[in-house]
Amino acid sequence: MAQKRKELLVDPLVDNNPITLQVLGICSALAVTSSLQVAFVMALAVTAVTGFASMFISILRNHIPSSIRIIVQMVIIASLVILVDQILKAFAYEISKTLSVFVGLIITNCIVMGRAEAFAMKNPPVASFLDGIGNGLGYGLILMLVGVIRELFGAGSLFGITILETVNNGGWYVPNGLLLLPPSAFFVIGLLIWAFRTWKPKQVEEREYKIQTVEAH
Amino acid sequence: MADQTPNSDQSKGLLRKFLDLPTDSVPKTLFVAVTLCLFASMIVSLAAVSLRPIQEENKLRDKRINILQVAGVYDPSQSVREAFEAFEPHVLDLTTGKFTDEFDATTFDERAAADDPELSRRLTNDPAGIGRQSNFKTIYLLRTADGDIDKVILPVHGYGLWSTLYGFIALEADGNDIYGLQFYQHAETPGLGAEVDNPRWKALWSGKKLRDENGDLQITVDKTPPPAGIDFHIDALAGATLTSRGVDNLVKFWMGEEGYATFLSNLQAGEI
Repeated sequence: MAQKRKELLVDPLVDNNPITLQVLGICSALAVTSSLQVAFVMALAVTAVTGFASMFISILRNHIPSSIRIIVQMVIIASLVILVDQILKAFAYEISKTLSVFVGLIITNCIVMGRAEAFAMKNPPVASFLDGIGNGLGYGLILMLVGVIRELFGAGSLFGITILETVNNGGWYVPNGLLLLPPSAFFVIGLLIWAFRTWKPKQVEEREYKIQTVEAH
Repeated sequence: MADQTPNSDQSKGLLRKFLDLPTDSVPKTLFVAVTLCLFASMIVSLAAVSLRPIQEENKLRDKRINILQVAGVYDPSQSVREAFEAFEPHVLDLTTGKFTDEFDATTFDERAAADDPELSRRLTNDPAGIGRQSNFKTIYLLRTADGDIDKVILPVHGYGLWSTLYGFIALEADGNDIYGLQFYQHAETPGLGAEVDNPRWKALWSGKKLRDENGDLQITVDKTPPPAGIDFHIDALAGATLTSRGVDNLVKFWMGEEGYATFLSNLQAGEI
């Protein structure tokens, strides 16, 4: 059992990562990774929401009528997101201003809904909670990786602390402005998926088609 | 006590009865939907109400930091409350262009006043998309060591693409030279319209003029400079045409006749 619980937490980090393997939650990964601090808070918020949403949905799973199950899941997820948003506004006002609409958009993050529907509806609360936390951390891990690359090479800093002195401030480093724009996250995530799949060939999907050899008549 | 025990047993029985219903039956579906909504709304409103005082405090602090920043005197190492004491709040009557003592400037809430028919008016010509305009505004004066007016900080707001932008414009004592413009609340697109917060764009405002020698309002936010010349031109934000247009409209509106024009001419005439 302990072994299984550990798996629930660790598995989504690399082997079953929600972003690189399941390719979920991409839109927010594009939007919030230009600075590490913001990416970190976003990762925490998503982890908390996925964990608790999975837990509550799992507690209620035997009483959720299948005809309204998506709505029930949405109500639970949405309430948790509003809660997180309110807490951020009270205790991390600056960051909540930078995250602006993206906290609210956790509601539409496919990872939260995906875990609720795929795991929490069929598994007991503790396992669901761990699964949610694990997936949140997997999402956070990629967010941080992308954030490091984008902030370091795009702005020459990490967590706002200057590492590479940029030309604008009298240093030597010419920052890559593209990395600060959302599209760059597409390239970085694409390269990460490539790296992960080269490292773990098991993640490579099977082709959905088969190349037919046509015999000449 | 004797009365309550069977009563609570009965209600427990009722809950049990609902929980034991087949999950997909209509009564159970309604029961789950209603209970969950009630419960969720209670949690959400509890959080919203209990955290409101801290959030309001944050908002006020943030607004003050913005006033300090727009006036160019913000120092992160200094306490905001102390630094803010250098500013003199006044409630301005827009129709006369003079200060009024009717309200306490430290507590006057112009957003509430804009909803009060006694204190506001519906705009017929409304380029900034404001709807109702308060007749009274809280403005801030920053004085030099000699007691002369150094800068005037005027609140402005108007509609951009998605949201109303709230901000401050800081003018030099002559009431014509712009020192800075800064928004403290908006919900424009991050990366595009939200670039109104970009320090490099905000720096464009410094040193620009509102009116030409004839007293005509010339300030404009546009892709191309107006005929009057670059002293009056702020380059629009790339990729944010509608937000830029919103800023253009709101600055023109607030600096114009329905905004602070009367006050500014009083200021220039030395009547303030």
